[in-house]
Amino acid sequence: MQVPAPFEYERAESVEHAIGLLERLGSEARLVAGGHSLIPMMRLRLANPEYIIDINDLADELGYIRVEGDHLHIGAMTRHQHLLDSDELASHFPMFRDAEKVIADPVVRNRGTIGGSLCQADPSEDLSAVCSTLDAVCVIRGSGGERVVSMHDFHQGPYETAVGDAEILTEVRIPIRPNGSSAYNKVERRAGDWAVVSAGAAVWMDGNTITDGRVGLAAVGPNTTTIDAARDLLQGATPSEELYAEVGAVCSANCDPDTDMRGSAEYKKHLASELTKRSLRTAVARATGQEA
Amino acid sequence: MEVTINVNGVDQTKEIEGRLLLVHFIRDSLGLTGTHWGCDTSNCGTCVVWMDEEPVKSCTVLAAMAEGHRIRTVEDLEQGGVLDPVQQGFIQEHGLQCGFCTPGMLMTSRALLDKNPDPSEEEIREAISGQICRCTGYSMIVRSIQWAANAENAVTVGASS
Repeated sequence: MQVPAPFEYERAESVEHAIGLLERLGSEARLVAGGHSLIPMMRLRLANPEYIIDINDLADELGYIRVEGDHLHIGAMTRHQHLLDSDELASHFPMFRDAEKVIADPVVRNRGTIGGSLCQADPSEDLSAVCSTLDAVCVIRGSGGERVVSMHDFHQGPYETAVGDAEILTEVRIPIRPNGSSAYNKVERRAGDWAVVSAGAAVWMDGNTITDGRVGLAAVGPNTTTIDAARDLLQGATPSEELYAEVGAVCSANCDPDTDMRGSAEYKKHLASELTKRSLRTAVARATGQEA
Repeated sequence: MEVTINVNGVDQTKEIEGRLLLVHFIRDSLGLTGTHWGCDTSNCGTCVVWMDEEPVKSCTVLAAMAEGHRIRTVEDLEQGGVLDPVQQGFIQEHGLQCGFCTPGMLMTSRALLDKNPDPSEEEIREAISGQICRCTGYSMIVRSIQWAANAENAVTVGASS
């Protein structure tokens, strides 16, 4: 039987209350949202917080998907099922729905949140790769106010984020740019598993020219990552199978996966190339209204 | 700490440790052993119960997190001596052999049919994709859920005509 080590349970009634509790309880306190990352880690005693602050009562305050100006705002407590069901989110960023379909299973998706997914900072985590690809920023709130950090700065290593001891991730913001689309592909050992490797792609088009393009990979290094060299190749290029193959090769060459129980480094590099190609092909087809 | 959790329509007040998982609260504190405790890692789905109408894996929810919420377990499916159609479907179509996964399967399929009374086979398989069965190969479970959907739709059509 796997049981967490003893801890004190607190329940936050608002974001301000949660921050106050974090300040009072100190660095041994952890927030729990859906619990589907933290509770399994506590049961394995990989995480042993002295205090648990339950923020599920903030699900209304921090559970939303809405457009404000030229950004889409997603509250940190938005659950996976909400992200999967949202037509507004899928219309702006179809890669979200691609990814949500292969995150865990429907019952887990009823509980897990985008904030929890990002804060676990697992190198294989799908929404981290999606948010990296889409150049999202994270809004972090403490008693001194809010600060905004890029996805690149948000993840500081495996299972490490920029969120301080007395801070809470409240929102993810994604820039909305015209004439773009996106796609996400993942290879997993069995349904609902972590990625062996996954690749997301986003492109923005002017006619038949890619004005900008981004590729993000999961499970190929210490954090999900974007590949700058892919962007250099995509900007100003005309879509073609040769281009996708070239970008895939560059992504494969610019990532550094480890051999582990999910596969060899060589196989993962192959996947990085192949999945990049597939995601680019689909993203361009969607952006140009030619998706099969 | 003391918690009050509504389980199957009854408020249950118990003194618990903060680290007690909901599945153990249901089974050990309340003696409702219909909910099974399986993999302990939120993979197998036999511990699925409802939390405010939504299926959740009770091995990955702290009992304290359920305070103020409504929990529904497999014991609540039968009402007044009449089995729920999903239970009857599992009998009619042999949806179980050892029965270990069955409580989770029943709660997930009941939730599916409440939201989607006429699901396709693909939708049924997606809905139960967070549950593991090592006996049936799933085909008979899918047929059991289809039996329940057909039975309920026949009643609905009969009532409106």
